[in-house]
Amino acid sequence: MGRDEFLFLLLGLKWTVALSAIGFVSGCLAGLAIALLRTSGIRPVERATAGYIALFQGTPLLMQLFVVYYGLALIGIKMDAWAAVAVGLTLHASAYLGEIWRGGIEAVPRGQTEASKALALSYASRMKDVILPQALRISLPATIGFLVQLIKGTSLASIVGFTELTRAGNIISNQIFQPLTVFGIVGMLYFIMCCPLTIYGAYLERKFAASAR
Amino acid sequence: MNDISTTVDSTHPMISMSGVEKWYGAFQALRNINISVEKGEKIVLCGPSGSGKSTLIRCINHLESYQKGVIRVGGIVLGHQAKTIDAVRREVGMVFQQFNLFPHLTVLENCMLAPLRALRLGKEEAEARARQLLERVKIAEQADKYPAQLSGGQQQRVAIARALCMRPQVMLFDEPTSALDPEMVKEVLDTMIGLAEEGMTMICVTHEMGFARQVADRVIFMATGAIVEEAPPAEFFSNPKHERTRKFLGEILGH
Ligand SMILES: Nc1ncnc2c1ncn2[C@@H]1O[C@H](COP(=O)(O)OP(=O)(O)OP(=O)(O)O)[C@@H](O)[C@H]1O
Ligand SMILES: [Mg+2]
Repeated sequence: MGRDEFLFLLLGLKWTVALSAIGFVSGCLAGLAIALLRTSGIRPVERATAGYIALFQGTPLLMQLFVVYYGLALIGIKMDAWAAVAVGLTLHASAYLGEIWRGGIEAVPRGQTEASKALALSYASRMKDVILPQALRISLPATIGFLVQLIKGTSLASIVGFTELTRAGNIISNQIFQPLTVFGIVGMLYFIMCCPLTIYGAYLERKFAASAR
Repeated sequence: MNDISTTVDSTHPMISMSGVEKWYGAFQALRNINISVEKGEKIVLCGPSGSGKSTLIRCINHLESYQKGVIRVGGIVLGHQAKTIDAVRREVGMVFQQFNLFPHLTVLENCMLAPLRALRLGKEEAEARARQLLERVKIAEQADKYPAQLSGGQQQRVAIARALCMRPQVMLFDEPTSALDPEMVKEVLDTMIGLAEEGMTMICVTHEMGFARQVADRVIFMATGAIVEEAPPAEFFSNPKHERTRKFLGEILGH
């Protein structure tokens, strides 16, 4: 495999990183909204968000990307592949992160909410200053675990014609007929992105387990 | 503007509850509660487990809602609107059995949070106030520690300081010493006695009968969601009128 082929893979890697970042950042924002709605105490809103979470957790990401890209085009909403993948990943990530953080919010002891209510803190301040800092801390290992899944999940963007790392590997492999070498390198690149996150997640988990004692 | 008053008015009793009833589903937790507490009065609330003591004081700052009756704090009628609930909570401090300090904030930050957010004080003023009250509960030197680094007694004193930072008119205590090791009970009771001596209006759920004798103006005894008996401590302890009160006193003073 030559230098040009390798650079082509790096170009794919760049898109993988960009998609992961978009999916994660916008997924975090939307996921936070989902988590807050899911714990709002307003029954219909909680039900609706529970349904949203169930829908996106219960169907494959591949199918979600398909629906956003091809399905919406059928009813006249045209999106380029880039926008469709960004929307699909955001929906997917927001459902997972929303559920992870709902768990974190509910794991914060009730007394914390009661004390902050007794101190006349508003809902916004209760969440921002008291509940979320504790909930996010509890959820951090799971959040990092999900980020790793998301990075690998971006490979599915290839089905709507997006040339991220996996598809770039496919193309090169078809050109130079060295699938083992090419996918070996592709795998290494994923591993280099994901492994430090996994280690960091495990480290945080140990740290919190120790501080909980 | 409208008929909802949200400022404390000194012509009313500090707290009044009239005809308050509360249900948890089909279970009635409070039955026809009538209490009036004047400014500066200290009330001790006691009764067997499950009698509704916590529920009663948690209605006063609307941590629990109630279905019937009227609660007034100062002149404020505690309705179910966010505006009056908020106004009442700014005047009513609460101390919990489990302290409920914010574990991710230092002692100082615990005390500064509500003045910054709910009273919108400036940072310097909030910090000065927090340090002054930490001084008062004799824990100023722990200001930069986290709650988990303190003993139970110290944590509870921080919780008292945190509530006082709002400059409340009333303090509610829900079994503030029940979760403490015996050797730490005194430091917390001493803090509460100091507060009482300075004229704070207090309602304390406690089984510390020594404390009741020393500071209470009245002791209220509850059973099964209702107020059974209400008397100054001397009379309450020496001459309880109801059989249930006698039985309860026999149990807690017996050992
Ligand atoms: N959230 C709730 N849902 C249903 N029932 C409740 C709830 N909270 C309290 N109760 C019931 O209401 C009654 C009064 O409870 P409360 O906590 O006020 O009692 P208490 O006098 O403070 O008891 P203790 O001395 O054990 O603290 C109890 O029978 C309790 O089981
Ligand atoms: Mg109780």
